[in-house]
Amino acid sequence: MAAEVQMEEGQVDAKFRGGSPYAPKGAEKEHAAGLSVALKFLSAGPVIILIVLLVILTFSVPNFFTPRNISNILAQIAVIAVVALGQHLVILTRGIDLSVGANLALATVLGALMFRVTDNAFVVMGTMLLAAAAVGAVNGLVYVYGRLPHPFIITLATLSIARGLALELSIGHTTMRGMPDTITAIGGGTSFAVQNSFFVVLAVAALVSVMARYMVWGRWIYAVGGQPDAARRMGIPVNQVIVSTYLISGLCCGVGAILLSGRTEAGSPLYGNLLELDTIAAVIIGGASFLGGRGHLGHALVGAVMIGVIRNALNLLNVNLYFQLIAIGVIIVMAVESDVLRNHLESRMRVKQAGTQG
Amino acid sequence: MRKPVLEVRGAHKRFGAVHALKGIDLMAFRGEVLALLGDNGAGKSTLIKCVSGVHGLDEGDILIDGEKVLIRTPAAARSAGIETVYQDLALFDNLTPAENFYCGRELSFPSWLPRGARFLATRQMDGEAAAVIDRLKVKLPRFDAQVALMSGGQRQAIAVARAAVFARKVVILDEPTAALGLRESRKVLNLIAQLRDEGNAVILITHNMEHVLELADCAVVLRQGYKVGEIEKPNRSNQQDLVAMIVGAE
Repeated sequence: MAAEVQMEEGQVDAKFRGGSPYAPKGAEKEHAAGLSVALKFLSAGPVIILIVLLVILTFSVPNFFTPRNISNILAQIAVIAVVALGQHLVILTRGIDLSVGANLALATVLGALMFRVTDNAFVVMGTMLLAAAAVGAVNGLVYVYGRLPHPFIITLATLSIARGLALELSIGHTTMRGMPDTITAIGGGTSFAVQNSFFVVLAVAALVSVMARYMVWGRWIYAVGGQPDAARRMGIPVNQVIVSTYLISGLCCGVGAILLSGRTEAGSPLYGNLLELDTIAAVIIGGASFLGGRGHLGHALVGAVMIGVIRNALNLLNVNLYFQLIAIGVIIVMAVESDVLRNHLESRMRVKQAGTQG
Repeated sequence: MRKPVLEVRGAHKRFGAVHALKGIDLMAFRGEVLALLGDNGAGKSTLIKCVSGVHGLDEGDILIDGEKVLIRTPAAARSAGIETVYQDLALFDNLTPAENFYCGRELSFPSWLPRGARFLATRQMDGEAAAVIDRLKVKLPRFDAQVALMSGGQRQAIAVARAAVFARKVVILDEPTAALGLRESRKVLNLIAQLRDEGNAVILITHNMEHVLELADCAVVLRQGYKVGEIEKPNRSNQQDLVAMIVGAE
């Protein structure tokens, strides 16, 4: 039989070579290499764009690259960055969490209320984390076990509910002044001339990326995002994995609430307005795929920095706030299009692989 | 008397009003390829989905090495030694071949932690997956690239190789060459032969009569939920009978 097989293979090869509609093999290989370079460039794209942006802004915007302004930017992006990390986990599983801003606001309000009862910083922080995690858990549980077609709906509902609760519980105040010293130190203080909130972001990022990259649970998150049906058939506890991402996203909102209420020494039902858009934009601009399963957590951080830098520069240039919204929107479109382009190049690559392989 | 490694007895499966399997019996032996044939809607896919744990049987038994086993989930089927290569391959495009191999049963440590909280034994998984790829003579452009970047044949080979890593008794392949060109089909057929030679019972669903003649030790034909025939050692002389059974002409 082996001989037969050999012969058949030979015939097939001969046929392919005979009336070959293909370019010579060398050219094929070169083309594939070009594709692979293009793909690499796309995946490194956000970082390159960020660096270019930083260089341009340093030379063109006065007062941009000063220690004071850098520390200003770091403070501004800390909340977006932490919440974007959670958002990224959700987006990895093909989900979306629209409730993050309202969730964060509710947490600060509950924290401020708790501060009226006790000035124990850990109790206040615990309240914020717990409240935010609870909202995240509700998102995940209702989405999965309520068999909803898409998490858009439930997180939109909890956005509304959490914002309403925050307004109701703050009893007509738009700011509820006062936070324990520890919290103001975490949110507003500095160590070694760097904002403490920066270290918090680093710590959360380190924790989340260790989980995503080195732990089984993280691998499962990528698997569920890549191919949910297959994940189920491979025995991965898909439902629990999905719920966990919303829970972690909620926890990240809690951390964001601590940072923001610490920096402003207040809680407010108006905090986190449009934070869902900023965080989703950060994840997408950073180069993660909206189709799930693609991208590492550095992407969310890069995206958050990019948004913060653009906002800051436009502020320094005294550009109208409306224009900032337009600029961010345009960048999101570009980021999503580059995702589409990447998918297209990947499928070209597949075809090339089939062509070049012997 | 040879003993079957997998035996299905009196399998019935209903989906609402549709009676998809009407008392099917099946036997698969180690080191042999069983071809499962039939027209579209004959019940082939339903039958293998019941064996691989995607569906549960309404009536009937599945026996592994003569022992009754209850297979209600894909995990149960796999722990009974049954591996399945699904028609859609069930591959994760965003993962590498090695990550695909072990997805859902990652090698990890330390063992006293719950499974999800353990750390991935990445190097060990990469090494063992590379060894299997090598053993099966599968050629991949790059071992650390995402599966998304690989051709249809390479993806099929990865799915078959994944089954090969873990298969201890039975490997089921659902139309493994349906989407492939000549050369790529040939490679997959060689892989199937290798799985058989390594002592697995292989169940092959296909519409390609050439592949049946080449590989199958036994062909079972289903039609409208019934088993309508079984031919040992199908060859050129009884090919016509097989086709007649499939389409239902006498």
